[in-house]
Amino acid sequence: MSQINTANMKVVEGSYAVAHAVMCCKPDVISAYPITPQTHIVEHLSQMVANGELDSEFLTVDSEFSALSVLVGASAMGARSYSSTTSQGLALMYEVLYNVSGMRMPVVMNVANRAMGAPLNIWNDQQDAVGARDVGWLQIYVEDVQEAVDATLQAYKIAEDPQIRMPIMVCMDGFVLTHVYEPVELLDKELASQYLPAFQPEKILDPAKPITFGAFADPSTYTEFRYQQFDAQLKSMAKIEKAAKEFEETFGRHYGGLVDSYFADDAEVVIVTMGSVIGTIKDAIDAMRKEGKKVGLVKVRSYRPFPVQALRQALKGASVIAVIEKDVSIGAEAGLVTDLKSAFYNSKIRMPIIGFAAGLGGRDITIKDIRKIVDKAEAARKGIESEFEFLDLRTEIL
Amino acid sequence: MEKSLLAPGHRACAGCAMPTTIRLVLDAAGPNTIVVSPTGCLEVTTTPFPESSWCVPWIHSLFENASAVASGVEVMLKRQKKDTNVVIIGGDGSTFDIGMGCNSGMFERGHKILYVCYDNEAYMNTGVQRSGSTPFCAQTTTTPPGSRSKGNPRPKKDMPAIALAHKVPYVATASVAYPVDLRKKVKAALQVDGPSYIQVNAPCITGWSFDAGTMIELSRLAVETGLWPLAEWVNGELAGVKKIRRPKPVKDYLEIQGRYKHLFKKNDCGDQLAKIQAIADANMAKYKLVD
Amino acid sequence: MDIKAGRLVDPCSTRLTKTGAWRTFVPVFDQDKCIKCSLCEIYCPEGCIHQVDGLFVPDLDYCKGCSVCAHECPRMAISMVLEEK
Ligand SMILES: Cc1ncc(C[n+]2csc(CCOP(=O)(O)OP(=O)(O)O)c2C)c(N)n1
Ligand SMILES: [Mg+2]
Repeated sequence: MSQINTANMKVVEGSYAVAHAVMCCKPDVISAYPITPQTHIVEHLSQMVANGELDSEFLTVDSEFSALSVLVGASAMGARSYSSTTSQGLALMYEVLYNVSGMRMPVVMNVANRAMGAPLNIWNDQQDAVGARDVGWLQIYVEDVQEAVDATLQAYKIAEDPQIRMPIMVCMDGFVLTHVYEPVELLDKELASQYLPAFQPEKILDPAKPITFGAFADPSTYTEFRYQQFDAQLKSMAKIEKAAKEFEETFGRHYGGLVDSYFADDAEVVIVTMGSVIGTIKDAIDAMRKEGKKVGLVKVRSYRPFPVQALRQALKGASVIAVIEKDVSIGAEAGLVTDLKSAFYNSKIRMPIIGFAAGLGGRDITIKDIRKIVDKAEAARKGIESEFEFLDLRTEIL
Repeated sequence: MEKSLLAPGHRACAGCAMPTTIRLVLDAAGPNTIVVSPTGCLEVTTTPFPESSWCVPWIHSLFENASAVASGVEVMLKRQKKDTNVVIIGGDGSTFDIGMGCNSGMFERGHKILYVCYDNEAYMNTGVQRSGSTPFCAQTTTTPPGSRSKGNPRPKKDMPAIALAHKVPYVATASVAYPVDLRKKVKAALQVDGPSYIQVNAPCITGWSFDAGTMIELSRLAVETGLWPLAEWVNGELAGVKKIRRPKPVKDYLEIQGRYKHLFKKNDCGDQLAKIQAIADANMAKYKLVD
Repeated sequence: MDIKAGRLVDPCSTRLTKTGAWRTFVPVFDQDKCIKCSLCEIYCPEGCIHQVDGLFVPDLDYCKGCSVCAHECPRMAISMVLEEK
């Protein structure tokens, strides 16, 4: 990560920092429904609207399903639209998620990642968003509050690009990032407006030029709708890189575009992961490097689109890869490890890839855990014992 | 130049009441209108990509979210300081059942939106399954008559009362057979600064099973028997009722529809007929339909 | 077909589909009996009956032959006739 100007830093709650970023994006319509741990974001936004700091239409609705549906209508009217949710709320939106991407509406939503029930659990993992990886939304996973702030602004730039016009989830770990107080540089409103020009929709619902949105498509055209979404996701990779680069030029901060690396170049064991656990992993890597262990990290920032080429490039030197992720595909393995394996299958690059479901339902992932994973990865170089496992399984309560 | 705001070439069944209902609504609302529709026969028959029958801006998203989508449209119109009508036109399934949450939210938030339900009393698009609007004893594919069934076991849900409970300032019932009344009600609804709800009786040839030519006659009979009172509520008060000059027995209405055929085949359905007549009689008394 | 632009569909475009092909019976108007009440035009589900040069005529490109017009005509000026095709 690049230099941060500490002079402009303020200690604020993660949710406030993100709400402030949203304010700088000047959305026309905000529609959201409260759910832990996302609530503080929308509470802060409500207050900003109430104070007159933010000139947005804020709709308090009857459900997350309605919240996102409101944005379908608003977006069709040319609105820059915002929502935020997590877990059960995201699941309740599921049908609308497909609709927003199918109608190519550039909605931006912060997902405060949280476990899915049952059993009910309000703590952080990433099951909610990873479970929605196929709905057509771009998904950016952030590492810390500062990145959550910056990625929110970048998200509008990518989503509203005339060649993309796709919705984006900015995924931030619930509680870990939403409720933490840490020093962040809040966005400068002027600079944000420079970076993100006003949304220019080509066509809107307008009696002067009546058009039909959301017609039904039969087998003779449906495939082409899907293909165009697919194509837009692939094209968005360049836009994600560009948005990150332009952001760096304007604000001086950079987190990588599609992926980012930490000591990965000469590493033998490379950990691949997403989200806030990266902080712990970096600390573990620092310690292990001191001991002479060649351990590195590749952070997947963009999970959708899945950056196959960027990952092949970043990981080509690794002797073994350990994927740590806070989700599980019940009955298979887990999202990231499966996608990563498939990224390598048809390439000439081969190394063992093992996966760990960790931090489910908010369980801590410690430096000790990371060391354990690295040990297992090293052992896997000689032969894989287990391709995928639940980290820290408490066998005594099974 | 189109003479109406719904173009021909739509794929609705011959003799369907829904397109006529839409045209009457659009006649009254005029071209400065944005229409939002849920999934259902309307959406499938009027917007087969890459064609559309709509000559006004129109949007469909899902089966159960038209009210929320329309809310988003309406707040943006206000923000853009545009004075354009927002009209939802949806079937009874989305209105009475699956869209209830969004409808309740829209009513409660007080958006200036006219909600028109074309009520064909079942889920027609998926093949005539029962909805909350299906009347007592009607046959649908999920309430088939049989040795243990006389058709739909429950009476129709009172959706206008639900709208009224939300303090919706303008609520009305109408019928495709009474075009002057329907247009007048649409115009009145669009004058209201808030939500409004109009429920239009709209026979479905496939689901109700009748001779196509009798579509309008059937809807008229629904009114003349007292099964479909034409009423209007302004600010919660009953403000107008269409009187029936010569009330007809419900039998006249029921016996020409396939969905009630079983009531006339079996000898043991006399009770059912009497119960349906009682529903009509209760409406007559409640709304003072006959002078 | 430009599908990307076509995600949004042009208004009134079902006119491209001539649903008259569905028809078995065709309405025949006896203009002498017509009193110009316009009920046929109002009730027609296709919206395909309009006044042309003062006379009400169905647009047979779209008429599906449902016979609502014939049934509702107060003067019985419309009859449904089996169409030779
Ligand atoms: C969530 C969801 N559930 C079910 C369906 C299937 N479905 C589509 S239309 C429909 C019935 C529509 O009934 P109604 O609203 O009365 O309209 P109609 O077709 O009768 O005009 C159903 C059940 C759907 N599209 N979405
Ligand atoms: Mg229906």
